[in-house]
Amino acid sequence: MSTIAIAPRQVAASRVAAASSGVASALSDTADVAWRNLLTQLRTPQALVFATIQPVIFVLLFRYAFGGAIHVPGTDYVDFLMPGIFAQAVAFGAVGTAVGLSGDLRTGILVRFRTLPMARIAVLGGRTVADLARNLLVVAVMTGVGFAAGFRSPHGAGGLLAALGLVVAFGYAISWGFASLGLRVSDPEAAQAAAVPVVFLLVFTSAAFVPATAMPGWLQAFGTHQPVDALVNAERALILGGPAAHDVLISLAWSGGLLAVFALLAARTYARIGR
Amino acid sequence: MSKAAVEAYGLRKAFGEVQALDGLSLAVPAGSVLGLLGPNGSGKTTTVSILSTSLRPDAGRATVGGLDVVAEAAQVRRVIGLAGQFAAVDPNLTGRENLRLIGRLSRVGRRQARVRAEELLDSFGLNAAAGRLVRGYSGGMRRRLDVAAALLHRPAVLLLDEPTTGLDPESRFALWDSVRDLARSGTTVLLTTQYLEEADALADQVVIISAGRVADTGTPAELKARFGTMVFRLDFGRQEAAQAAHTALASAGYRPQRDGAGIQVRAAAGSGELTGMLRALDGRAPDPVSVAVREPTLDDVFLSLTRGGQAA
Repeated sequence: MSTIAIAPRQVAASRVAAASSGVASALSDTADVAWRNLLTQLRTPQALVFATIQPVIFVLLFRYAFGGAIHVPGTDYVDFLMPGIFAQAVAFGAVGTAVGLSGDLRTGILVRFRTLPMARIAVLGGRTVADLARNLLVVAVMTGVGFAAGFRSPHGAGGLLAALGLVVAFGYAISWGFASLGLRVSDPEAAQAAAVPVVFLLVFTSAAFVPATAMPGWLQAFGTHQPVDALVNAERALILGGPAAHDVLISLAWSGGLLAVFALLAARTYARIGR
Repeated sequence: MSKAAVEAYGLRKAFGEVQALDGLSLAVPAGSVLGLLGPNGSGKTTTVSILSTSLRPDAGRATVGGLDVVAEAAQVRRVIGLAGQFAAVDPNLTGRENLRLIGRLSRVGRRQARVRAEELLDSFGLNAAAGRLVRGYSGGMRRRLDVAAALLHRPAVLLLDEPTTGLDPESRFALWDSVRDLARSGTTVLLTTQYLEEADALADQVVIISAGRVADTGTPAELKARFGTMVFRLDFGRQEAAQAAHTALASAGYRPQRDGAGIQVRAAAGSGELTGMLRALDGRAPDPVSVAVREPTLDDVFLSLTRGGQAA
């Protein structure tokens, strides 16, 4: 006679297995949704071209149209500018997260996703991961254009890559913030209209294009205590050289903190759609 | 009848000031087709949204396959398939890509998702268009794909929210055939519609809802007998003439409804009723300018339900 006794350890092990298979399925769902989002972006080339052309125009505009009028002591303006332009590009890129999700809300594909036995986080994860991939492309294109326009990244390739890492991490964190926004308005145009001013405010009060010291005191107080400014300072320290550890940590803390808060917020918003 | 596959008790749901569902209850026996019939704004989509776990009721409870749609939402999603006006496919993917994606997200496995996608493209007649982007599909093709997408994981319960609204007759009939096939193979179907004709063609049981409540329920045959099979509209061109005709018909035992210079009469006995009516009018009212005969619409049913003016 053989009876199968299930030891507590086995039960615990099977729970762990179930949980890890849950994580595996959630990752695979996220990859599936991300793939779908990338495919649809490739198939609406206008959006992709717009996402790349705009930062390129900004590089050229600031480099050649405004660059002559802006003097930054101790450095070439184009080397000063590029960290700002990178930050601006991913900040505008995050608007795409809001636009994409509100579009999915409007077409009804989100309704279908919500009734499938898929991991719920995959809709948001897949969207932000696809937008991360797009940001990588945009940043790569801009780096190329920057070099063509005279950017030399004085502190070398290591510093530049580390700076771009910070840029992409920041872009990923705020795309979760815009995900929440996109889920609240089922109209892509409205999502865009709501998101763009936020980006403008953060980018143009930071030291992205001009040194913060050129701004009046009250504006400086805001401009120097926000994540885009922290990012731009950390990038400049890495790209231009100089003590970077402090600025890098501040920027990472901003991105990590924003990611945590925004991801929770977006997950709550997603769970409450239609309530 | 076998056990109910879908049950709802006293569902209530408000959107701000609007009470979309006001104590709705229904049951769909396993393996049968229930038609949820109602005009726009009557609560059909809200009901489907609650049953498909995408909306929580304010009060009441509902089960699908014995599983609670709120407490056991994750398990319910494995049992149901949803298609219809507000659940969509992706216009920027091909038909095949849509089905494979939804198959994988329905957790049938990568291989099975491919196999099922091909089976469904085949059975919904979408083979030729499988490699084309859905944004180039006709309305009928898109709806067929939409229904196919709901079937990848072979759901026991299929929820169809106005699957044929806006479709041309040919596409509508093709979709009806698909629904009949599914019902024959044992799938429980709850379908919402604005068309009496559609409920008649597909449903074993019809629930008519109005303002978020069940107004009436029965088999299509029972409802038709209750609400008449034909509607006659007699136009007299002048209000006074219509009033005279109204009086004449009412005294002959009909239940006419006046509508400006016209009269509407519902009759259970088919078009043979017309001669009787004209006889009743003879000499008591001017001849009608025009006479139209049509199938009753949902509007007629609702007029009957709200005014109690049933066929003579």
